[in-house]
Amino acid sequence: MTTVTTEREGAAAVNITLSVNGEERSTDVEPRRLLVHHLRDDLGLTGTNVGCDTSSCGSCTVLMDGESVKSCTVLAVQADGHEITTIEGLAATARPANGDPAAMHPMQQAFHEQHGLQCGFCTPGMVMAAVSLLAENPHPTEAEVRLGLEGNLCRCTGYHNIVRSVLAAAGELPASEEVPA
Amino acid sequence: MTATDVAREAPSARGVGARMLRKEDARLLTGEARFVDDLSIPGALWLGMVRCPYAHARIGNVDASAALAIPGVRHVFTGADLRDGWAAAMPCAWPVTEDMKAADHWPVAVDKACYVGDIVAVVVADSRYAAVDGVDAVAVDYDPLEAVVDLEDAAADRVVIHDGLGTNKSYTWALVPDPDAVERAFADAAHVISERYLQQRLIPMAIEPRGVAAVPGVYGGDLTVYSATQIPHILKIMIAATCGVPESKVRVIAPSVGGGFGSKLNVYAEELIAVALARRLGAPTRWTESRSENAVATIQGRGQIQDIELAADADGKVTAVRVKLLADMGAYMQLVTPGIPLLGAFLYGGVYDIPAYSFECTGVFTTKTPTDAYRGAGRPEATYAIERAMEALAQKVGVDSAEIRRRNYIPADRFPYDASSGLTFDSGNYEPTLDRALELVEHDARRAEQQRRRDAGDSKHLGIGISTYVEMCGLAPSRVLASLNYAAGGWESATVRVLPTGTVQVVSGTTPHGQGHETCWSQIVADKLGIDPDGVEVLHSDTAVSPLGMDTYGSRSLPVGGVAVGMATDQVLDKARRIAAHQLECAEDDLELVDGELRVKGTPTKAMTLQAVAFEAFSAHNLPDGMEPNLVGEVTYDPPNFVFPFGTHVAVVEVDEETGGVELVDYAAVDDCGVQVNPMIVEGQLHGGIVQGAAQALWEEAMYDDDGLLRNPTLTDYGVPSAAEVPSIRLDHTVTPSPTNPLGVKGIGEAGTIVSTPTVVNAIVDALAPLGITDVAMPATPERVWSLIREAREGQA
Repeated sequence: MTTVTTEREGAAAVNITLSVNGEERSTDVEPRRLLVHHLRDDLGLTGTNVGCDTSSCGSCTVLMDGESVKSCTVLAVQADGHEITTIEGLAATARPANGDPAAMHPMQQAFHEQHGLQCGFCTPGMVMAAVSLLAENPHPTEAEVRLGLEGNLCRCTGYHNIVRSVLAAAGELPASEEVPA
Repeated sequence: MTATDVAREAPSARGVGARMLRKEDARLLTGEARFVDDLSIPGALWLGMVRCPYAHARIGNVDASAALAIPGVRHVFTGADLRDGWAAAMPCAWPVTEDMKAADHWPVAVDKACYVGDIVAVVVADSRYAAVDGVDAVAVDYDPLEAVVDLEDAAADRVVIHDGLGTNKSYTWALVPDPDAVERAFADAAHVISERYLQQRLIPMAIEPRGVAAVPGVYGGDLTVYSATQIPHILKIMIAATCGVPESKVRVIAPSVGGGFGSKLNVYAEELIAVALARRLGAPTRWTESRSENAVATIQGRGQIQDIELAADADGKVTAVRVKLLADMGAYMQLVTPGIPLLGAFLYGGVYDIPAYSFECTGVFTTKTPTDAYRGAGRPEATYAIERAMEALAQKVGVDSAEIRRRNYIPADRFPYDASSGLTFDSGNYEPTLDRALELVEHDARRAEQQRRRDAGDSKHLGIGISTYVEMCGLAPSRVLASLNYAAGGWESATVRVLPTGTVQVVSGTTPHGQGHETCWSQIVADKLGIDPDGVEVLHSDTAVSPLGMDTYGSRSLPVGGVAVGMATDQVLDKARRIAAHQLECAEDDLELVDGELRVKGTPTKAMTLQAVAFEAFSAHNLPDGMEPNLVGEVTYDPPNFVFPFGTHVAVVEVDEETGGVELVDYAAVDDCGVQVNPMIVEGQLHGGIVQGAAQALWEEAMYDDDGLLRNPTLTDYGVPSAAEVPSIRLDHTVTPSPTNPLGVKGIGEAGTIVSTPTVVNAIVDALAPLGITDVAMPATPERVWSLIREAREGQA
């Protein structure tokens, strides 16, 4: 439900309520505000990054109702009433209550073990896209992983170890390609 | 004597040589890491840059009234408003010749703008969105002038960009150690190769755009600057020099930085503007670059016309190389713009034993974004030219790509090798990398398949491309930099402290932004002290914590900074031995280091852990007479030479005659960077570098039109590859330690990019050789390749 509340920066602000990482968050936002700026600047969830202004790089990928979206291409008001999962909330989705608060999601763990990140700026978006990819296709081939991550750009890794990370998380990494101990 | 070790050693679990997982990962994988734009800075004012939309224009009236009427917009400043506040123009630290010409470069242009993206006014606003609104509302009158886009046109001075200079030619720098020898070699040559190659401009496109925040202490005068930079230490000095702030008041912090590739190795207008306005307004200022801004406002790479000639005897043994470059500086000199071609100047002979050498470069101004360091910086250009020219020579002599290289490699028994360009290559053994790389791609089977397709008239042509490279990195011996007229040194500093609880604290002057220094430096220290790397903390990238540093670029961090860390650890161990010997009442030579304990040989019960020694050093109750308390080692290491990693890469491509499309179907790389501290990280650097270099060959180009407008300033139309465009990469390595540093290491950050570009182009040309095609311009887009094939077919008909 949206109601006009205040005037700010020349535009009528709108009250929205999102479920973000399992918590209800209610805020007034300008209608033009992008979801990514709402998450970062209003809710303090800065793990979701902005790498471009044309919906090309995928650094801002989050899950909306379980599916990956580029949060620079969604208005905050469009997310009203929806469930958002950001990188900050990902680990909790895979963790039993009372679990180790420092335990990561299996996809995060796979990126760590396969050296799937270097500078780490594209990483939150890449991880969220990979989680969404496996939700749709739990046992992808290498080619399917590559195609599935086409909307997320990385400049550091050449994708080699990102692809291995996703295959490892899916249990699809050939034994011969596992990193020797 | 150096040896090439192809066999694998079993590394200790987590010391040097181990594939230790990275310490940096957890914060980056969970969103805990803080990049500049993530910082919460109460009261910060947002800056927006009004940029010139023309390549070359006089700036007329700037009307800010509409902008100032927008709620949240506080101020608009023009170049003239800020001009008197600068203590100096923007810095160029590398005036390559005494008579180099360069115009003053002000952070906000005054009177005239010289490229699309040049800043003409600054909006100050309460919010991110208001700053953007304000920029859109500033109305500037421009009087457009003619653009200067083409390098030869620039050199002809048809339109002179900087009136005061009288020419667009900034400098000519030459390296011709023995001109007569070069003349003789060409006069006596059985074969002469003469080729022209174009190095298109590239946009670095680190996925994190730039950003800066300046937080002033209004009363105390302190200034803290957060910047997405590779060089907080150099930036601090330059802020002091250009903004007139005492260096003692400036602290620069590079928080998490999302990739650089050289593009954050600079002192940028926005950093200086943020500082100047924070001081002027007495409030924090911040700015985050948009991607479209990044394409024009962050430095670009490459941009050269290369003329290369080889003289060779009848067997294809090269006797001389002669190179002339025209290098695009862009509109102004940034931090090291003029020096970039010089970083390649010594390497146009590649891995070959060539007795005569001639290099000359002229730097010219154009009305385009300034160029500067981009991954490899000068060395990819050099490697491209020699490795493409060797292909031309192979064809002329009538031997294959591997054979022409084998005939010319510097023999393994000639190292250290004094190259005719004047460098001394530290160590090398090139041929085993070629053998292994050919084996990895199953070269003979690929050749057979290529022939089968040719015989069958298959429209999908297979091509195999080979390149062998050597590069000079580990920037740099300070005296060599002096000889090249570079303004600073090339050393690196390290401090290693054992804290009272036994934790080891490393302070490094390097500035990692993805390279994993926290992990690697921990491995080096842990290996020497016999402790767990988790017991080592690594501090960096903050000038208040690490006051002395030369930062991260030029594949220098390990061979200079990592070596310094190792040497500082040796000092710690030395002092620990003296303390332990004193307390255990034995001679220092009687002690051995086992599992982090100093034990008396033969009496293992008489021992002190490093932790116990550290506490004794801290309490200082019972130290040898005259010894200072605390267990600290401190080193500033100036390397005696560059280091010279090398290797051979082989690419296999499929070129579709119907579409002109080129698919990279296989890629193998065998590299030698000496001792590997962490092979997992070495591989990661190579994977990324190889794809970045292949992208120059196949997809990427900053496309300027005749009016000097950048036609592809976004990631939708600038071809940064995705995972779908590239294959997995096969890697192997040899180990030929560098004899010039105690760790035996060489840099590996740029090698992949340096060699993969010619490797891929050689493969495309190999695929199309039966059509009589001998060269293809970069990037080899489907349109270009299709047209080339079409012309060749028409020529054959």
